[in-house]
Amino acid sequence: MAEFTLPKNSVLTKGKTFKAPSGTKNIRRFEVYRWDPETGENPRIDVYELDADACGTKVLDAIIYIKNEVDSTLTFRRSCREGVCGSCAMNVNGRNTLVCTKAISEYSGTIKIYPLPHLDVVKDLVPDMTHFYEQYAEIKPWLTNNSTPPEKERLQSKAERDKLDGLYDCVLCACCSTSCPSYWWNSDKYLGPAVLLQAYRWLVDSRDENTEVRLDQLDDAFKLYRCHTIMNCTDTCPKGLNPAKAIAETKKLLVNRKDK
Amino acid sequence: MTIKHSRPTSPHLQIYKLPLTGLISITHRITGVCLSAGLLLVVAIFYSLSQGAGSYAAMQNIAHFWLVKAVYWGFIYALFFHLCHGIRHLYWDVGEGFEQNKLFQYALFELMWALALTVGTWFFI
Repeated sequence: MAEFTLPKNSVLTKGKTFKAPSGTKNIRRFEVYRWDPETGENPRIDVYELDADACGTKVLDAIIYIKNEVDSTLTFRRSCREGVCGSCAMNVNGRNTLVCTKAISEYSGTIKIYPLPHLDVVKDLVPDMTHFYEQYAEIKPWLTNNSTPPEKERLQSKAERDKLDGLYDCVLCACCSTSCPSYWWNSDKYLGPAVLLQAYRWLVDSRDENTEVRLDQLDDAFKLYRCHTIMNCTDTCPKGLNPAKAIAETKKLLVNRKDK
Repeated sequence: MTIKHSRPTSPHLQIYKLPLTGLISITHRITGVCLSAGLLLVVAIFYSLSQGAGSYAAMQNIAHFWLVKAVYWGFIYALFFHLCHGIRHLYWDVGEGFEQNKLFQYALFELMWALALTVGTWFFI
């Protein structure tokens, strides 16, 4: 059953405020979700006032600036700083995104940074992605074949390869899955947009020979059909991909199969 | 490191800003429940009709109260909204209408059409 409120240990409290040094001209205010597994206290919101002229242009730059210059205890994931690794997915001002691709100037007023929604928090902005990765593994994200491998590679026509555009580009940042209310309430059974987009990527790959088996596995009231086209996934994808469309195409494949 | 304390759940509904298309989705569900409950009122109208002129006049008396009228028009709007969103769902089912930059327009389009149909009904009645 869906729980619309936060459990007792997750209710937010007020945290510390770190003021900008006096004389700072261009102040930007950041509210950041903090939780320390060592203390056992409830999560809190810390406020950081930064000198926007001193830190870089992206939201990730501000977070790195906080860690380097203001409060070294802040914990977060980041790696590539250019939107290809998918590590720095967070919720900024109510929408999930990769903070390395979002400019501070795109937001006005206070910038509120939370971990991806409805996940267990490991520390601060680091959520536990174990379940998400397990679901990804469940769809067998690799080419599966029963025939004897050919001498050379399994070739694709240009048209067959084109079908993978907009699917292979997914960096599995989980912005879409954690934006989906259906995934919030049913993540134990529903695969969620990111994993379903990936499932579709292997369904339409001309080199994969187990399309029918893959469809059998997806034909489930919860795994696939908990998608109610709420469309938060497509709305929020920082790579501009379309998980909702991939899910619709998967549903179409299943319907067309039944017609035969 | 051993985990000393149970992990909190990160905020979801509390912080997420639903886009219009997401708001419409949940509104569709809520109004669906309301419409089901509202059917009882429709049954009540038919029942009063079956009980003769007297009871129908009494029902009319209640139905002309402004608050009841407001509920009545809300019901009609919700009905048209369901029609429009239903058509959008059919469109989705054939794999169309998923463009990210048009989601807001589609949502607005639905609401406006539902409003237009309601206003049209007003004039028709």
